[in-house]
Amino acid sequence: MSTPRRQFTAFSRLLHWTMAAMVLTMLCIGLAMVVSLGSYHVLVSIHRPLGIAILILVVVRFVNRLLNPPPPFPASMSPTERLGATASELAMYGLMFVLPLVGWGMLSAARYPVVLFGSVHLPFILPQSAGLYSFLRPAHTILAYVFALTFMAHFGAILFHTLIVRDGLLKRMVPWNIRPSEAASADHTGLG
Amino acid sequence: MLGAARQPLGKVSALARLAVIGVALAAVGGTFAYLGGWFTPNALTPARFTDAFEHVDGVHAGFRRNHAKGVGVSGVFESNGNGVRLSEAVVFRPGRVPVIGRFSLGGGQPYVGDTPDAVRGLGLQFSLPDGEVWRTAMINLPVFPVSTPEAFYQLLIASKPDPVTSKPDPARMEAFFARHPGSVKALAVIKSQPVSSGFGNSTFHGLNAFRFSNRAGDSVPVRWVMTPMQPFEAASPGPPQGKNFLFDGLIAAIHRRPLQWRLVVIIGQPGDPTNDASVAWPAERQQVDVGTVTLDRVESDETSAAAGINFDPLVLPAGITPSDDPLPSARSAVYSQSFTRRVGEAKPPSAITPADVGGGN
Repeated sequence: MSTPRRQFTAFSRLLHWTMAAMVLTMLCIGLAMVVSLGSYHVLVSIHRPLGIAILILVVVRFVNRLLNPPPPFPASMSPTERLGATASELAMYGLMFVLPLVGWGMLSAARYPVVLFGSVHLPFILPQSAGLYSFLRPAHTILAYVFALTFMAHFGAILFHTLIVRDGLLKRMVPWNIRPSEAASADHTGLG
Repeated sequence: MLGAARQPLGKVSALARLAVIGVALAAVGGTFAYLGGWFTPNALTPARFTDAFEHVDGVHAGFRRNHAKGVGVSGVFESNGNGVRLSEAVVFRPGRVPVIGRFSLGGGQPYVGDTPDAVRGLGLQFSLPDGEVWRTAMINLPVFPVSTPEAFYQLLIASKPDPVTSKPDPARMEAFFARHPGSVKALAVIKSQPVSSGFGNSTFHGLNAFRFSNRAGDSVPVRWVMTPMQPFEAASPGPPQGKNFLFDGLIAAIHRRPLQWRLVVIIGQPGDPTNDASVAWPAERQQVDVGTVTLDRVESDETSAAAGINFDPLVLPAGITPSDDPLPSARSAVYSQSFTRRVGEAKPPSAITPADVGGGN
């Protein structure tokens, strides 16, 4: 029948790059707002709806991931590397889901209105609780730092594969469609 | 570069490529670190601001870092509908919404003795029927002493009481005012205002400018003020009658009958400064009475739900938006920092205890 797909589906790639931009923006805003006075309000006002948008999209993305399995890894990747790649993918899915939820939860526990825009606001998902807030507020920061580091690991790994190993790993995810002849070809050549 | 055509990398090429990866990762990490303030450790941040309150007044676990001493109140706002033409905020439609608030004294000392000239605060939360919330934190000064967060920080540091004289160092205060002529003018305005005898007959000023926008999309700059319906009586000049006389007076007054304020919106004209809370707008500006706040219940911080509220002045309903005033965003940031610190701490009893509040409440 058909040969295995070389690339993620177009929809998967769209989700990936859209969310990559959103998550990077989110990390930058989050880092900046906690040390900002004059821009604090503007940054927080973007941070809240953007976080909720990520939460919604990551659910879409997770379902999409189940329906559309990724193309095979290049043969150059060892089983350990494949495990690492899958684990980091799962970790990022988890963080994209948990970080907004923790943010929403901590605002709920502190009874800060969860305003998205105008009069549109979300219900509280936790009871008012100093204890819950005191746990979730630092958890939000720690998870965000973990996400920043996970992103850097992901970015570093793809650079390594693209510039050093040169196994075409990035081609699975580039926004444009690649011709079969260009596709991740290390399947058969290997690098040893 | 493709497939089988790929050549093994030479040593130099491999190193160069590794260097590119290193630089790229350093750029990302550096950007994160820069945004997180790691390269600017002396910048004024919400944490450093909150540290300054602790530096001046000490760390009082569980208490607000400013306006530490206070009592909770609750009641109702009855809107007369006059505000509808100015703002689409649901709170201004005719009708009643519950309010919860907190009277307080400025400063971070929770057990400080009441004095007539201490800054009196009123934080208020309006709970709108559509689930929106409006919070405002007002004080009884007609203008704010400073116009920027940076100036407030410097004034705060300069006003730290000397351990010997228990008064601020006059030289440091003088130096501050020499650099901030606007604050000299503001202080003159503040001192020209007669001080009332208690919380109940105090006027509370929102001070910061906001923008109201109505359904038609018209937007105007506004400030708001709560004017007491209790008659003015000047503060008695003698020594304070008791450590908590302001709060005792408030509690006794609310137990006698509900206290009421008119919520008055002042409409700015082009040219009125919206970015400088230290300058009053001309007295002849249009004032719109939008309704009455009635407070009929008083509770100590121990039992009041107000104790759990951060009276962040940028918790606003649709129809009210920030102006270009630099203070509210900074207040929002610093209040949040203070809130996070205090709710994570065990709090000893407040100065005003449930027994003090007593009465039929």
